[in-house]
Amino acid sequence: MADKLMIEADVVSRLSSGMTIGIGGWGSRRKPMSLVRALLRSDVTDLTVVSYGGPDIGLLLAAGKISHLVYGFVSLDSIPLEPHFRAARERGGVRFTEYDEGMLQWGLRAAANRLPFLPIRAGLASDVLRSNPDLRTVRSPYGEEELLAMPALRLDAALVHMNRADAAGNAQYLGIDPYFDDLFCQAADRAYVSAERIVPTGELLAGGPPQSLLIQRWHTHGVVHAPNGAHFTSCEPDYGRDEPFQREYAEAAANPQAWEAFVSRYLSSDEKQYQETVGATA
Amino acid sequence: MTEVIETGANNGAASPAEAATLAEICAVACARAWEGDGEILASPITLIPSIAARLARATTDPDLLLSDGEASLAGGVWAVGDDPPEIEGWLPYRAVFDVCWAGKRHVMMGPVQLDRFGNANISAIGDFDRPERALLGMRGAPGNTVNHPTSYWVRKHRPRVFVDKVDVVCGIGYDRAAAAGPTAQEFLDLRRVVSDLAVLDFGGPDGAMRLVSTHPGVTVDEVVEATGFELAMADEVVTTPLPTAEELRLIREVIDPKGLREREVKPR
Repeated sequence: MADKLMIEADVVSRLSSGMTIGIGGWGSRRKPMSLVRALLRSDVTDLTVVSYGGPDIGLLLAAGKISHLVYGFVSLDSIPLEPHFRAARERGGVRFTEYDEGMLQWGLRAAANRLPFLPIRAGLASDVLRSNPDLRTVRSPYGEEELLAMPALRLDAALVHMNRADAAGNAQYLGIDPYFDDLFCQAADRAYVSAERIVPTGELLAGGPPQSLLIQRWHTHGVVHAPNGAHFTSCEPDYGRDEPFQREYAEAAANPQAWEAFVSRYLSSDEKQYQETVGATA
Repeated sequence: MTEVIETGANNGAASPAEAATLAEICAVACARAWEGDGEILASPITLIPSIAARLARATTDPDLLLSDGEASLAGGVWAVGDDPPEIEGWLPYRAVFDVCWAGKRHVMMGPVQLDRFGNANISAIGDFDRPERALLGMRGAPGNTVNHPTSYWVRKHRPRVFVDKVDVVCGIGYDRAAAAGPTAQEFLDLRRVVSDLAVLDFGGPDGAMRLVSTHPGVTVDEVVEATGFELAMADEVVTTPLPTAEELRLIREVIDPKGLREREVKPR
């Protein structure tokens, strides 16, 4: 089996400005934050990002990396409104495509299955159609229903974070919710998986049953060993959300000077330095 | 110290010594939204609806399915903030969409704006493209409303919430669904709105919001004044039913022993 092990910088070197990137996880849960932090350190910009958004989106918006955001919501869960997202929405200058959460899933499903669209009820009669005038409805060829035709959300790349992976790109979630990480990977031309631990293939089942092996190596193009890589979002059962750190993040995000200090303290160096700094404050 | 509303003689159920707070009256009114729903997923958003859904399961609707707030279906009746006594199923987000699209769910959401025909906004105040105030986003509101029964809980009944037209239609209402056509209307079922003043439904002309009952001590005029559009009126606007002694016991001793509800709903 191919060895797909690489480091965060290798993943980012395979991304380029103008790409469409999907980010897995949900809100402030199991986000590939070490990959996002590597993206922040790069020159890659002008991205279209598709996500059930959390602080990944907040950080990328704050750094001016996103020109088009496709989302159902952006939230920190225990803090309902992502402060950078809120500021960006109110400031303007970024294209925002806001879908119903289920529409996002359906667009990824269509892309994963190489379909141009999938019919769905969600979105009908709502302002999703008004703020996205390119959306079309489709008449059932078998009946009278007029359904929304959710276009495929094809991704150039997907970034997801899992609990365990092998070097070939089989990856396992050990928490209770897979979110839509498998779908993000399948909707993407190239999928990059970071994981808390890299284990030999034969040891994957020591962590959980076969049905916890969510991501299969045919999905995957790169595997990154990223311990504590989802910090400060949750990565159950390896660790929960770092709530004090998230509060610090949210408070800093509300004030430009405090944000500058936050960036300088945590985000101005590399991942190793980040982990040492947050380890020191834990 | 919590201000209380004397229930007095109430269906003969509560003893004269019993007194229900406004929060408790609201929780019971919310619980009744799920009455008769049978074996479907009750999805309460925020505290009062969460208390209400557990109260519904403990009283009138034992077959309701409930989430533990994470990714499991939980059995039993348990206190808000605690872990449920038992898990009966797996409910990751992908399964929530399946339940939703199958129509086997009744959600109670908290809109920032709600209009005469039940359109609800949780996305943005002002123009969508350049909002004065960004909110959460559409979340599941378009899919919920077009697929299965939906009710709303409004903590503070005022004209800023009950608006003539919402700024962004997330949850769809009867007028917008009618304009979109029969597929949008097919499963749209807006059941009940509970606020800190009243209980309302959509039994008015063309699915317009209608005042059903006012909470004890609240007049019809006060509700009309706190509503930013013309309210339809039920043939007889009654007083919202008071909690029974058993409902009060369940709320106070089992579901919300810490009294979190009293911070959520304050008497006016």
